[in-house]
Amino acid sequence: MSHDPDEDDDDHGHDHDDGHDHADDPALARNKLRAEALESLLVERGLLRSEAIDAIVARYEQEIGPLNGARVVARAWVDAAFKQRLLADAPAAIAELDLPTGGRQAPIVVVENTPGVHNVVVCTLCSCYPSSLLGLPPVWYKSPPYRARVVREPRAVLREFGLELPASDEVRVWDSSAELRYMVLPERPAGAERASEQQLSALVTRDALIGVAKAGAPRG
Amino acid sequence: MPDVHDLGGRAGFGRVAVERDEPVFHAAWEGRVLGMVYVALGGGWVNVDTFRRGVERMDAVRYLAASYYERWLTSLETILSEAGVLARGYAPPPPPPENRRFERAAPRPPRFAEGAHVRARARKLSGHTRLPGYASERRGVVARVRGGFVYPDTNAHGEGEQPQHLYTVRFEARELWGEAAEPAACVHVDLFEPYLEPAERPDVA
Repeated sequence: MSHDPDEDDDDHGHDHDDGHDHADDPALARNKLRAEALESLLVERGLLRSEAIDAIVARYEQEIGPLNGARVVARAWVDAAFKQRLLADAPAAIAELDLPTGGRQAPIVVVENTPGVHNVVVCTLCSCYPSSLLGLPPVWYKSPPYRARVVREPRAVLREFGLELPASDEVRVWDSSAELRYMVLPERPAGAERASEQQLSALVTRDALIGVAKAGAPRG
Repeated sequence: MPDVHDLGGRAGFGRVAVERDEPVFHAAWEGRVLGMVYVALGGGWVNVDTFRRGVERMDAVRYLAASYYERWLTSLETILSEAGVLARGYAPPPPPPENRRFERAAPRPPRFAEGAHVRARARKLSGHTRLPGYASERRGVVARVRGGFVYPDTNAHGEGEQPQHLYTVRFEARELWGEAAEPAACVHVDLFEPYLEPAERPDVA
């Protein structure tokens, strides 16, 4: 979908002057009006305060993002006992780190990449995603091509992301079809043996946590 | 064929289009929709399974053409209206405890153990289910027994939570896709006990 349609709401601090007028896109203009109408009605009925929506939006724009997942991974790389707890009971282990994960959490399962095994996550039925650790999913994760193809031809999809796996490696796809949310624990990149935990967390991208990239690799 | 939202394995889609430096929201209305969905679900006005079903009930052509948040908006309008939330005089239920999750005690012990060979039943063709079409009538092995969870098939239709055991089942790519399967690949799917029946160990590992 195109960037920044017909936005004129100044409450959220964005600058929308991209010199491109999308107001002629009827679907986007209609969605905006529909969303405004629904919110107005809920406010009028006393069911909702717009400030509550502002707070949720701000939380996902500013606080909850893949840095949470990256911090979990970096800790697992430097602390073998933590890693064992993480793989056995991820919610309990993650709670040790006191991350800003927000109030709405699904149970997390962490799956570990090892030499010869690569994991990748999808939700073929909707777009379930470990949002408490990664923030909101990118459009490609929610798109029909990814959801349709990654279960059937994971190697081909990973190749499009720039990740060529050896034929001998096993690819494990995890389809989040219930309320468990999967996150990949990537392999610690070679050459990062002396990095601090904080430096390590900077090597962990969102894509590595989904499993369409390796940690420490350039973004696909 | 199952509903259009059940996309796993469908042919005809091209490359995965990746947007560089993607913003969290592409327009402010998307954030408003996300917030309203979270408030509606968190407040217990409607449940997440009814919400997902609302998305699935979209016309197939519209579903594929719509953006993610347009689907959310469509479902929210539909189910809030049907649940009477938009009617004058609607009184919201007492809010559920913060962080109310989906784990529930199932009434019976689990039928299958880790390592059990199972076969997914035929996917039903109407109503909400979380059995993907591509796993329907395929054989796999129970990788993990996850405990009891709210059963989406009933919860989506106002028939209660009816907790069921959940299993992570491993399906080999060859079992799912036949000769066209990529080598050394498998798919793990989280499946509720009513979706599964015992299976014989396959002849070929």
